[in-house]
Amino acid sequence: MSTLLFERSLPRFAAARIASSLGSGRGAGVGPLRLVEHDPPSLPGAGWVHVDPLLAGICGSDLSTLDGRSSRYFEDIVSFPFVPGHEVVGLLSADAVGADGSVLAAGTRVVLQPVLGCAARGIDPPCAACQSGHVGNCGFLAFGHIRPGLQTGFCADTGGGWSTTGLVAHSSQLFAVPEGFSDADAVTTEPVACAVHAVLGAGIRDGDVVAVLGAGTLGLTVTAALAHLAASGRCPPPRALLVGAKYTHQQRLAREFGATEALPADQLARAVRRHTHSLSFGGTTGETATLSGGADVVIDCVGSAASIGQSLSMVRPRGTVALVGMPGKVTIDLAPLWHREVRLCGAYAYGTEAVPGGAASPAPGARKKTVTKPAAKPLAKAAKVPTFTLAFEVVAAASTGRLVSATYPLERFEEAVAHAGAAGRRGAVKIAFDIRKGHTR
Amino acid sequence: MSRRPGFVLEVDSSTPPTLFWNGEGFTRETLPEGSRVIYAPEPMKALDDPYGAIRHALLNPVGDRDPLPALLVAGMKLTICFDDISLPLPPMEAPDIRQMVIETVLDMAADAGVDDVMLIAALALHRRMTEAELRHALGDRVYDAFAPHGLLTQHDAEDPDNLIHLGQTESGEDIEINKRAATSDLLVYVNINLVAMDGGHKSVATGLASYKSLRHHHNPQTMRHSRSFMDAPASELHSSNWRMGRFIAEAGVKIFQIETTLNTDTFPSSFSFLQKREWEWNLRDRATYAATSRSLKGVPPRLARQIFHSIESPHAMTSVQAGEVEAVHAITTENVWKQQGVDVQGQSDILTMGLPYICPYNVNSIMNPILVACLGLGYFFNLYRGKPLVREGGVLILRHPTRPEFHPGHHPSYIDFYEQVLTQTVDPIAIHKQFEESFATDPWYIHLYRTGHAYHGVHPFYMWYWCAHALEHLGRVIIIGGDAKAVRRLGFSPASSLNDALEMASDVVGPSPTLTHLHAPPLMMADVH
Repeated sequence: MSTLLFERSLPRFAAARIASSLGSGRGAGVGPLRLVEHDPPSLPGAGWVHVDPLLAGICGSDLSTLDGRSSRYFEDIVSFPFVPGHEVVGLLSADAVGADGSVLAAGTRVVLQPVLGCAARGIDPPCAACQSGHVGNCGFLAFGHIRPGLQTGFCADTGGGWSTTGLVAHSSQLFAVPEGFSDADAVTTEPVACAVHAVLGAGIRDGDVVAVLGAGTLGLTVTAALAHLAASGRCPPPRALLVGAKYTHQQRLAREFGATEALPADQLARAVRRHTHSLSFGGTTGETATLSGGADVVIDCVGSAASIGQSLSMVRPRGTVALVGMPGKVTIDLAPLWHREVRLCGAYAYGTEAVPGGAASPAPGARKKTVTKPAAKPLAKAAKVPTFTLAFEVVAAASTGRLVSATYPLERFEEAVAHAGAAGRRGAVKIAFDIRKGHTR
Repeated sequence: MSRRPGFVLEVDSSTPPTLFWNGEGFTRETLPEGSRVIYAPEPMKALDDPYGAIRHALLNPVGDRDPLPALLVAGMKLTICFDDISLPLPPMEAPDIRQMVIETVLDMAADAGVDDVMLIAALALHRRMTEAELRHALGDRVYDAFAPHGLLTQHDAEDPDNLIHLGQTESGEDIEINKRAATSDLLVYVNINLVAMDGGHKSVATGLASYKSLRHHHNPQTMRHSRSFMDAPASELHSSNWRMGRFIAEAGVKIFQIETTLNTDTFPSSFSFLQKREWEWNLRDRATYAATSRSLKGVPPRLARQIFHSIESPHAMTSVQAGEVEAVHAITTENVWKQQGVDVQGQSDILTMGLPYICPYNVNSIMNPILVACLGLGYFFNLYRGKPLVREGGVLILRHPTRPEFHPGHHPSYIDFYEQVLTQTVDPIAIHKQFEESFATDPWYIHLYRTGHAYHGVHPFYMWYWCAHALEHLGRVIIIGGDAKAVRRLGFSPASSLNDALEMASDVVGPSPTLTHLHAPPLMMADVH
């Protein structure tokens, strides 16, 4: 039984960091990740169940970790050794209760809401964030009856998706996969949930100009989520949804997902300027530098110093920059943020969302046509809905399973990680491990 | 020796390879036997005494106009407007015709004691000229006498304080033009006529107009119904300008039109081979071609651009006429056709052309992909009277590097048009409906147009509309040697060689197509029978 295990090893961290300077994902072979024979994790307690992964995605935060470039902030909320893989679709090995209280039979296909909050940790009473449904903001990630770990895939006690031996999941983490979903659809639910949470937390208002910077998995799912939520009346419809995408396949997908315009990332500020009829100053000639106005909301799905700087240059005074892409330690000039009273906010994970009308009534398995033009549906009274429930709707509406560009067996993890690191350049979006038994690749 | 008229060569086995312009360079291609090559007529003889001819024209106007001195009286308000940097191409050796004409007009005004004189560059929505460009067009004497006092200005189509709405034509076309020019006692317009569509009522109705006026004829519908721009009776663009021009005259704007024509002596002696027929190249021509081609190959595009844009054309004035607009323009048009007309029998399946480094909108600037399309499909394709050189559904093959490069100061809205409009559609009608107004009213483009040296925000749309007739007429457009991504962005097909292009064309026109090559510049106009 094979498992990709990530161990604490300073020399290997250093080697990964050096190798990744040649390109993200290039350090998998020399870094702390190793393919080992490993026993399945034991159940930490009541409410836990074994899950056998089918597909497990490789996320940007996984790449940062493998590249030795993730923030030291995470050190105390991660425990070693851990098995990566938090974007998981798998099969229940026994009967269990799902996050919504429903009974799930053994063999049910589930996706994991990977945050290890108070419920999973056996902490009672739960922290204020968990009590209010914002499990992503759980304050007790280093406490309870399992070792520290912000999510499955970063905790030594739970295992992770990059394993044939399986992982353990708490019932608060389990969501049954809707009928009609392919495994590829299902494995994109977690990043889609992140996107849903980001969109609903960004404070978008009716008629806003929204710019999305970056069109990897996060940028594309944010685009799809915003288009769907606006069209279904759960989010005010923007006047324009502009997406900066480095590669042509990303631009095409962004348009298909509902972007008003998708264009090269270095052209995004120009498009924002044009859609907001702003002036530009501080640059020479016609090049945009800082805009007199700008986008009402910029959703940064990259998380680098350059992208945050770019976001600040194209957001309007008193506008919002939402960081969805995981930033590390960056150096940026915050003068424009201060001077223009820009709201800079993070957007991490998921939990429950207060949305008008709650969840859509049709079964999420029923596929809908991709929305290209958000319709101005009147917003109904707000109700609390799990982010994953909304994510299922977006997955169905936008067929986000098509973002899974390639799958690899665990044995070819070096290739898989290198492919994920160069996904955009190689015409891909999401790379995943295929752990299905007997599945040929 | 008398000059030779235009010539249509039929390529045979003894024909040497034909010169194709290729942006900031050129190459030679072996055309299939049986192809036709159209050569421009040789340059007409220049006027021996240009100043004398100008003076004679001003004193002997045509149409219902008194001689200029009789129209000039002390205390009057006189405005002299002149064509901008887009004419002539390439810019001419000093002294520029505008300088010669304006100096003569100013002398007459001074003799009459006129002291309220204003000079206005008729930019329409083009970029403002630089001081150096104005000095070149007008000469230092005129520039220094007027510019420091604010009496040399450039038409600002976005200055509400200096525009006047004169009304609407019977077709509902708004007439909004430069207020100073319209409210002067006399408006003298100084024109350089490079091709048949220049001049006439277009000078004032377009050159001094605002977007509100221009949109009535600078749109895809008008352009599609201008077949061609050079053939006045068949041009809706011409008709619209004429309706507007007559309205302006009826509104009481008194115009004294001065038009000039040029010969086809386009390139200086160092590049004389460019306007010769290849089989007549002498040893020096061949050596110059070989040396120039070789050295240009190793030169970065930016440097090659500088070299070519430093070329000043020796073209000389062949006629000057003054007086009432329509009477003047009738003579001008006749003279233009006399210089540039070439009789051509019938259309062909394929039309080929090499595009040079310059068009009216990139003087001292960069020929971006939109301008490449405009030069090929808007200008060169339309150099005909009767019917196009290529049959309906035929193929146009261009040669140009078509680099996705833009001058950010001159063409800011072109960048956005390329990245944000052409990525969505290349259909002129859809572009017109979906995007034009937004670009035309964009305050940033307006700011750059008014204060910098930027073309107006709507200008790239007009360039695309110029292509509308050709886009509708042609079955396929192929660009040889162009940046493949840029060529595809334009909706065209890239090819690496003429043979590849011909093979691609065969999908549309069959395996044994007829082919015509337009050997321009020097410019010519084909009278296609």
